[in-house]
Amino acid sequence: MTDEYSATNELIKGTSLWRDAWRRLLRNKLAVFGMVVVIIIALASIVGPAVISKATGSAYDSIPRDSSLIKSFAPFRGPAGEFSWAHPMGTDNAGRDILARVLSGGQISLMVALIATLVSLVIGVSYGAIAGYLGGRIDDLMMRIVDVLYSLPYVILVIVLLALLPAKTPSGQLAQLFFALGAVSWLTMARIVRGQIISLKNQEFVLAARATGVSTPKIIFRHLVPNALGPVIVYATLTIPTVMLSEAFLSFLGLGVRPPRVSWGSLAAEGAQNLAVYPWQLIFPGVTMALMLFSLNFLGDGLRDALDPQTRKN
Amino acid sequence: MLRFIIRRVVVIIPMVLIVISLTWVLVRLAPGNFYTGEKKLSTGIEANLREKYGLDKPWYVQYGKVLKNIVRLDFGNSLKYEGQSVNQILWRGLPVSAALGLSAYLIALLVGITTGSLSALKPNSWIDYSSMTLAMLGISIPNFVLGPLLVLLFSLTLFWFPPALWDGFPSRSMVLPALTLSAIYIAYIARLTRSGMLEIMRSDYIRTARAKGLTEGQVVTRHALRGGLLPVVSFSGPALAFLITGTVVVEKVFALPGLGNYFINACFNRDEPLIIGIVAFIAITVLVFNLLVDVAYGFIDPRIRYS
Repeated sequence: MTDEYSATNELIKGTSLWRDAWRRLLRNKLAVFGMVVVIIIALASIVGPAVISKATGSAYDSIPRDSSLIKSFAPFRGPAGEFSWAHPMGTDNAGRDILARVLSGGQISLMVALIATLVSLVIGVSYGAIAGYLGGRIDDLMMRIVDVLYSLPYVILVIVLLALLPAKTPSGQLAQLFFALGAVSWLTMARIVRGQIISLKNQEFVLAARATGVSTPKIIFRHLVPNALGPVIVYATLTIPTVMLSEAFLSFLGLGVRPPRVSWGSLAAEGAQNLAVYPWQLIFPGVTMALMLFSLNFLGDGLRDALDPQTRKN
Repeated sequence: MLRFIIRRVVVIIPMVLIVISLTWVLVRLAPGNFYTGEKKLSTGIEANLREKYGLDKPWYVQYGKVLKNIVRLDFGNSLKYEGQSVNQILWRGLPVSAALGLSAYLIALLVGITTGSLSALKPNSWIDYSSMTLAMLGISIPNFVLGPLLVLLFSLTLFWFPPALWDGFPSRSMVLPALTLSAIYIAYIARLTRSGMLEIMRSDYIRTARAKGLTEGQVVTRHALRGGLLPVVSFSGPALAFLITGTVVVEKVFALPGLGNYFINACFNRDEPLIIGIVAFIAITVLVFNLLVDVAYGFIDPRIRYS
């Protein structure tokens, strides 16, 4: 009876913490704006290409059959330069609709960003939690390694890796991107988690777990990590835009996503080459991406303020 | 202090070795070779090439040669740019990248610290909101989008600056690349300055300074800036590493003959000595610079003790 009572009590307390944070988040106008834009762009990217191919009856990024259409139209312009709703963002050199390409590029950019962030999350949380819980010399050594890695220009190594060992297939290349980007962006996460764990590990619930004979890995991952979730979520939200930017940067250099797949970075690279004549080929992918990053950053900042009122900026 | 520096220098050496070894392993793991092209070479020619470049020796001999080269700071000859040593190429590309990176960072310090302090002195004012929104914009616009957009506006429409040209430092051709590169640092520095200054302005010694009758300007310039800029100083270390990646893109966008461009081309050409030379150079520069930042930190903030 008593057990049940305390369990429900804890549950209510737990939700109210998150509900509190949610309320604080909704009060932050910029964060709400960010959240709305992120949801709109993400939804459009996920369902957009399918909707477009259904509506127009052709695959979203197909090159038109009629060879007179294989050229770059300006936004809202038809073949003869008349006003037309067919291509609101114009077409690229092969006559493919840029809106459709921006949306399907969004799919890849979002996917790479999410999965690479997840990879960095797994590495960073485990590393930080282990270092923080074990403490002592092991902690010193592990954090020293992080300090050292911090000062390395690891993007340079990623460039070497991707340029010299390109995967055989486009999907393999994507997988390589996930791991390469995830493997270089876990450092800050490890530091944050370690700090959290150190402040938590001397609390009574850990002592209780230890006294009842729970194994060390289980204490770390079942008892400590869930309690450090707030800062982890905040930092993960802020990692997504940086990873997205790195992916775009690599794709811009021709090292990331490869045709037939496109990402915002590779679209921008293509557009930059035709800048003088067809500026819309750069402007639309570039602006969409900047808008997404802008919104993600605001959302991340808002989440930080909402979940962690102590570090709140004035 | 001296012990601190010595210990840090001792750490730098194995780090550079690790980076170089990793790079070397990556280059060696890659299938094919720098001479493999579309045309298949006859076995005789291939054997001669392998002998000439020492590829017929066992791996430890080749690895030893790489290490020896690094100790002597002489990375041998480039495979792609025939007859040129890696060091010549480094010295040709470095001034371009250094001029670009330094001017971008100086712009960023100047603009970032000014806007950041103004924001912090009038928190929640329109200056604060607009400059922080602009800063967020600076963080969010990728430099490979910003660069071409600036070219479109200032070179192809207004004809103020050349779109892609390098005629030394200082020159008009540098304005757009330096601005492009600096945007994100302006943003970071403005945000760091703002939060650092906000914290300092609430501290006791600022109240003391005010109480003893200093004008607000004196309080800010003599007392607050020194403490408030500490985060900016410690950001300068990692900033260099980011600047280097930034220059890779900006040099490509503006077709500048800097280290970044040579590096990307070397990777695509599998020009092993040049790759290793540039990676070693970058690793050493970044690590030494980080050490300098840490030392400078102690001079600015005497509360920090080296242990």
